[in-house]
Amino acid sequence: MSAREFHLRTPLSDSDVERLRIGDIVYLSGTVVTARDEAHELALEILRSGGQLPVDLRGLALYHCGPVAVKQPDGSWKVIAAGPTTSMRMESVEPEFIERTGVKMIIGKGGMGPRTAEAMRKFKAVYAVFTGGAGALAAEAIKSVKAVHWLDKLGMAEAMWVFEVEEFGPLTITIDSTGANYYETRLREVAENARAVKRELGLPAEE
Amino acid sequence: MGLTEQDLVAAFYEMVTTAATSIPEDVYKALREGYERETNPIAKRQLGAILKDIEIACSRKVPICQDTGTPYFFFEMGENFPLRLGAVRAAVEAVRRATKDGYLRPNAVDPFYKKNSGDNTGRYIPWIHIDLVEGDQLRAWFMTKGGGSEAPATLIMSEPILGFEKLKSGVIDTIVKYGPLPCPPVIVGVAVAAGADIALTLAKKALLRPIGERNPDPNIAKLEVELLNALNKLGLGPHGFGGGVTALDVKIDYAYRHPATFAIGIVTSCWATRRASAIIRPDGSWELTSKHIRYVGGGCTL
Repeated sequence: MSAREFHLRTPLSDSDVERLRIGDIVYLSGTVVTARDEAHELALEILRSGGQLPVDLRGLALYHCGPVAVKQPDGSWKVIAAGPTTSMRMESVEPEFIERTGVKMIIGKGGMGPRTAEAMRKFKAVYAVFTGGAGALAAEAIKSVKAVHWLDKLGMAEAMWVFEVEEFGPLTITIDSTGANYYETRLREVAENARAVKRELGLPAEE
Repeated sequence: MGLTEQDLVAAFYEMVTTAATSIPEDVYKALREGYERETNPIAKRQLGAILKDIEIACSRKVPICQDTGTPYFFFEMGENFPLRLGAVRAAVEAVRRATKDGYLRPNAVDPFYKKNSGDNTGRYIPWIHIDLVEGDQLRAWFMTKGGGSEAPATLIMSEPILGFEKLKSGVIDTIVKYGPLPCPPVIVGVAVAAGADIALTLAKKALLRPIGERNPDPNIAKLEVELLNALNKLGLGPHGFGGGVTALDVKIDYAYRHPATFAIGIVTSCWATRRASAIIRPDGSWELTSKHIRYVGGGCTL
């Protein structure tokens, strides 16, 4: 993997994301919008029936995240922990989400599958990993909460939060706009190593 | 002055908020040692971010990870401990308060109606496991168990003849199959038992043992080390980015099995293994028995 470093700001253009390759590191500033399982379902329901989302996602970054946020005395929100959630749970709906919303970057953890990689190739988008579990570190980069949608309906973790971030990272690109998927090759190597480890332990090394 | 339910709420609240914000000493040391020995630059960057996150969380007393998990209590309750049902009520109340104060994200969801209770309590939640023991004290453990690292939980109902072979293969296969999903470096809990439920319960409980502490049985201790070394040769590494730090430890426990069964429970805990323990006495005195990273003046220390 290469290790080039980019500092980008939303809205992201096709050419912004087309420069990125798997292994690149990005620090992102601008607007990041959260959605996990239920916000994906609800957003797609709205878009399929011709409605509009409360925030226009074109050129923005989607973040698989359910934050811990505390309401301040003045009514504003302070985010105190906001690391990524497991992205693979959204694999079945992500291609349609990318197509319908025009997001250019998806941030999460654990990687995504071939359907998302194909959608990223087709619609020019990238997937980036932020260190899973590093919720307090992520919150450092969130400068303000611009809005929160569907909070009453979906609860804190599943609501759609709109964050203003500054130098959010390090984000490691693991799917780029050519459809290359870092984890796919990585996990094949791990499976190969596992066969050698099992042989050492005298275990049958079947598939 | 005897123990009151308010004392119990105070003790459990301290356990919950400490677990959520301050990583246990053993986990911190293992991550730090992993960072120091890691030579793969991408993996080292992940471990560096993890250590930075731990320090920010500790210095600001905010959650280490936004997934503050499912609350689990494990009680070893003396048969003469004065407030038995009171301890159960106090555990629920402590979780409710810690959620209200922003230490825990509301994570308890009714599976049939999708309703989040908003305070981390609900049917069977917090989960409270009670073992009765001799004496009049309560030894309590709290663990807030992340959702992502529940994904790899595996049950293998092996034929006894192949039991240990399937145990070893099962641990390796589980870690390979789930790759980055449980947020490695992980702690792996394994147990052998008669029944499926017993194996998984003991595997979960095994995660409470400090990293580096070996099973007192030398054969089981050897198996723990053998599996730990095997996992760290897989090249999975922190969040799947490679390197030699895939697992921080492997913990094995067992119950007597049935002649015809060999149930193997395998569970994992993420790098952000958050747990705390305490001892509570009938006179109302109590203290934390787990050690955690602390913030002193300008930095974090053990």
